Amino acid sequence: MATENTEHGPTAGPAVLNGRSGSTELLPAGTAAPDFSLHVTPDQTLSLGELRGKPVILAFYPADWSPVCGDQMALYNEVLPEFQKFGAELLGVSVDGVWCHRAFAEARHLHFPLLADFEPKGAVAQSYGAFRNADGFSERALFVIDKSGIITWSYRSPVAMNPGADGILQALEDLPK
Amino acid sequence: MATLKTPVTPEDHVQGPENAAATLVEYGDYECPHCGSAYSIVKRMQKHFGKGLRFVFRNFPLSEIHPHAESAAETAEFAGAHGKFWEMHDGLFENQERLGGPLYLELAQEFGLSSAELRQALEQEKYKGRVRADFRSGVRSGVNGTPTFFINGKRHDGPFDYESLVQAIEEATGKAQKAISA
Repeated sequence: MATENTEHGPTAGPAVLNGRSGSTELLPAGTAAPDFSLHVTPDQTLSLGELRGKPVILAFYPADWSPVCGDQMALYNEVLPEFQKFGAELLGVSVDGVWCHRAFAEARHLHFPLLADFEPKGAVAQSYGAFRNADGFSERALFVIDKSGIITWSYRSPVAMNPGADGILQALEDLPK
Repeated sequence: MATLKTPVTPEDHVQGPENAAATLVEYGDYECPHCGSAYSIVKRMQKHFGKGLRFVFRNFPLSEIHPHAESAAETAEFAGAHGKFWEMHDGLFENQERLGGPLYLELAQEFGLSSAELRQALEQEKYKGRVRADFRSGVRSGVNGTPTFFINGKRHDGPFDYESLVQAIEEATGKAQKAISA
């Protein structure tokens, strides 16, 4: 199943151990997605379990406030209607705190939740094998989780490379109807 | 390697001969400052390669961060439906800091297009579907920001300054020629 990691990846390079960053292997397709509960606003949390019954796109990214026009979250914001055609929920996750996320989401008019993997820092990213220990932030890692909570596709992009949305759309298309 | 999933068709906005050695497809946004810089770079490249380069422009408006991107794209498509796509495309990029209704109407008048018809097309979002179709084809091809270039169907992941793009095109066409002679 692990080989499926790269099948629809927009760029070459399998999601394998990256020695330099000290990060581990991404959870592969076929694995049950670890549940979590993270702050989505200062007084609200969201857990993965609440979204059971819908496909979920989990997009880990290193940090808010990367440059505007090539920004991954800004792109996904525009692609949102395409994700919604599959009934999928998109969640952005980084180690930034809720206030930072709020300012970022307001500045970019984001219409999907950003979760704060803030305390203990990066714990959720760790549980998905998507944390860069040496850097203290998460990988640019994508997961598509089916409605029963199983990961059906995962993909890691180089940190400096916006992975786009084509792999996600293909993975959503490949979900059983 | 991300590749262009929607091939160039007669529906596209194209400059340069069909049999050019290199086809450069840009997914761009009229309000994106990087696309503004790319605009003059593409012009220089067209001069440099002459008939060796075919250039195609497709819409990829990031409307949540660029509030005029969608209306500008629809204006260009309106002009395109009346045979004036490139005039409008150039006019929009050359006046990027003034995007908005007054500029669109001014340009329409300059190119002999009906401003009433343009206003109606924008109000009725007549060209929204076309713009969205470009956007979707870009997403499926791995467009991850603006501008994104494809050279002979392959996404160009390097920098998009003049020298880098010229070099990438030369490499692509060099390979193409070798493949033909092989």
